[in-house]
Amino acid sequence: MSVGLVIVSHSARIAEGVVELAAQMAPTVTIVAAGGTDDGGIGTSFDRVQAALGEADSGDGVVVLCDLGSAVLTTETAIDFAAEPERIRIADAPIVEGAVAAAVAAEAGGSMDEVVAAAEPVAREPERRADAPDAGPGDDAESAAEPARLEIVLENEHGLHARPASELVRTVSGFDAAVAVNGVDAKSMLRVLALGLDRGSTVVFEATGPQAAEAIDAVGALVRERFGE
Amino acid sequence: MSGLDGRWTRRWIEAVAAEVARRKLELTALDRAIGDADHGENLDRGFQAVLGRLEALDDDATPGAVLKLVATTLISTVGGAAGPLYGTAFLKASMAAGDRAELDAAGLVQVLTAARDGIVARGKAEPGDKTMVDAWTPAVDAAAAAGDDVRAALEAAAAAAAEGAAATEPLVAHKGRASYLGERAIGHRDPGSESTSLMLRAAAETR
Repeated sequence: MSVGLVIVSHSARIAEGVVELAAQMAPTVTIVAAGGTDDGGIGTSFDRVQAALGEADSGDGVVVLCDLGSAVLTTETAIDFAAEPERIRIADAPIVEGAVAAAVAAEAGGSMDEVVAAAEPVAREPERRADAPDAGPGDDAESAAEPARLEIVLENEHGLHARPASELVRTVSGFDAAVAVNGVDAKSMLRVLALGLDRGSTVVFEATGPQAAEAIDAVGALVRERFGE
Repeated sequence: MSGLDGRWTRRWIEAVAAEVARRKLELTALDRAIGDADHGENLDRGFQAVLGRLEALDDDATPGAVLKLVATTLISTVGGAAGPLYGTAFLKASMAAGDRAELDAAGLVQVLTAARDGIVARGKAEPGDKTMVDAWTPAVDAAAAAGDDVRAALEAAAAAAAEGAAATEPLVAHKGRASYLGERAIGHRDPGSESTSLMLRAAAETR
């Protein structure tokens, strides 16, 4: 099971298109479109949103991506009416990029909080220290340990674009380790994509935590096999 | 008549539905200038659906029961931001009314306050953001200041809401679709503030 997603748009076609795009990255995640009004017009439907919230919850909760204002208002109202409102979260994220990032995080088995965090925009993140990977465990004593490190050139045709980036996120999510790619959290699809790493780029992976070495080995194998391209 | 009973509430809602139907093009024209040109049609769809469902309600339904039916119907039929906003307003109003058979002036003020607070909680707009809050807030204040005559309180609320709606014209919008327009929203009345004014005027004129 995984966190389910609901895409709420004023347009049925936008909602369905976003579902189609995000599903490509997350074949096992339940992603439900709730677009347009009951009669197929532009707007949002409380009944459609309410039904989609029920359909998307397979036990691990639901994260909702919305487009414009009243999509958020309608979703919040539906949450007020939900039997278990704590099982539903709205990600404050752009609907397309946020849905893709959320889908990848859900596919990797992320919790509701992790899926929301993956979706919310890079730009809102506070400035990070240049000398530390943000995925590091922080200022506690263990952070003194040397991270496992790999410096490697991307040779696959598409660099770290959407599909390879989702492969990377999925791979590192399988380890008990904090992995950074060029200083950003490698479990965050949006942050990885925002690096804009093309073929020929030199990439530095750093990992800390109990499975740091294994994570770096897996990432190295993934890059060397050119992300399966 | 002393207080506002369920039958009065029903007559008021029927008057609102009639006024929305009569003025829907005007409301939509306001929304076309600074929004997405659907406010009149959306509200009309919602209140026509309310009329249909009111027929199934018991004749002696309380004000709270009527308000709750309006709330759930608007939420599921309006289709724009007005659905969740007015839906939440009527829902909070129905909760404030509880199972009272009649509302006196103090009860009316509680109901109006709950409605306004519901809109603020849902839409997170403040006075001056060029939204329906700019009609609701002066209306609540005026009703509260009107004393213990429920008729006077309704009239004061309606008059204050009309002034509040007019006062949105020079404002820049900070919430809703109009907020994308920046200074181009200046000179246009907020459609939600006008529909609020319409509803409260209908209340003041319902006997």
